[in-house]
Amino acid sequence: MKLQISTQLAIFALVELVVNPEHQLTVAEIGAKYGVSSHHLAKVMQVLARARLVRSIRGAGGGYQFCGNARRTTLFDVIELFEPLGSGGQDASAPGERTGEGRALRTVMDEIDNTARATLSSITLATLCRLVDRHRPEPASMSTGIR
Amino acid sequence: MNKASGKRTGHLRSRAVERRDAASAPETGGKFVIRPAEPHDIGAISALDARITSLSKKRHWQDLLARSKSLDFAQFFLVAEAPASSKSLLGFIVGEIRAWEFGSAPSGWVYALSVEPTVREHGVGEALLAAIEAEFKRCKITKMRTMVARDSPLPMLFFRAEGMMAGPYIQLEKDLT
Repeated sequence: MKLQISTQLAIFALVELVVNPEHQLTVAEIGAKYGVSSHHLAKVMQVLARARLVRSIRGAGGGYQFCGNARRTTLFDVIELFEPLGSGGQDASAPGERTGEGRALRTVMDEIDNTARATLSSITLATLCRLVDRHRPEPASMSTGIR
Repeated sequence: MNKASGKRTGHLRSRAVERRDAASAPETGGKFVIRPAEPHDIGAISALDARITSLSKKRHWQDLLARSKSLDFAQFFLVAEAPASSKSLLGFIVGEIRAWEFGSAPSGWVYALSVEPTVREHGVGEALLAAIEAEFKRCKITKMRTMVARDSPLPMLFFRAEGMMAGPYIQLEKDLT
């Protein structure tokens, strides 16, 4: 399973904002860490703002701030803002869909979709931040996030 | 059922757990005690479970408690209890060391974990899980496992937040109708 670039950027940006709750981060700061243009990231942030996961603070020292609940917002919640998840559900017009072979294949694909959905629905942003700490190559004493 | 390999040598007696966020946890008085379950707890355990699952299974909890007291099984049945003034049950956890089923090396299985709904998010579940984890570790167990229904978001989110990830096994089943 591979996420679209925009979806990945949204998750990365949210992690940065969650671990920096007292700071506003600009798209330039976040974009620099992940090697992506501010223009591309700005579009992603607009989607997150519409979903009320981040808010934009204007003026000097402004930027984006996380305003959701990191212990309740799951990866699935974020992903579904940007892309459909899974194999697309039943499409009666797809070739072979009404055959026994088509139904058997659909059963297997549904099993994969259900597992993926359950996994992504069980990882909150707060949990992902803990995972980030566990996968950080530097010692735990190193600073987290951009700062 | 397996006899315990590396059966515990010293059972947990009781441990007071003080929360740093005591001010925000008035229902627990900011602290609680984790201790092994006793026969007089069964009524409260059964009632808490029945409130959450809508199923009463007192006999089941009695059987598990008996196993936890038997030297033939490495089973742990712990409860979280409010301070001395009320001594009300805040939650419980049950786990057991199982070996070589499904080809698995000895591991600690968490069978049940329940927390009184009014004191959730105050660290009771976290403390119970940490306590049983300590028991498993004391028995030289290096892997802890549990099983959660896909459509049960609350326990799924809890165990994930505690660092548990998908393991190397996939549960399979078949309708026998």
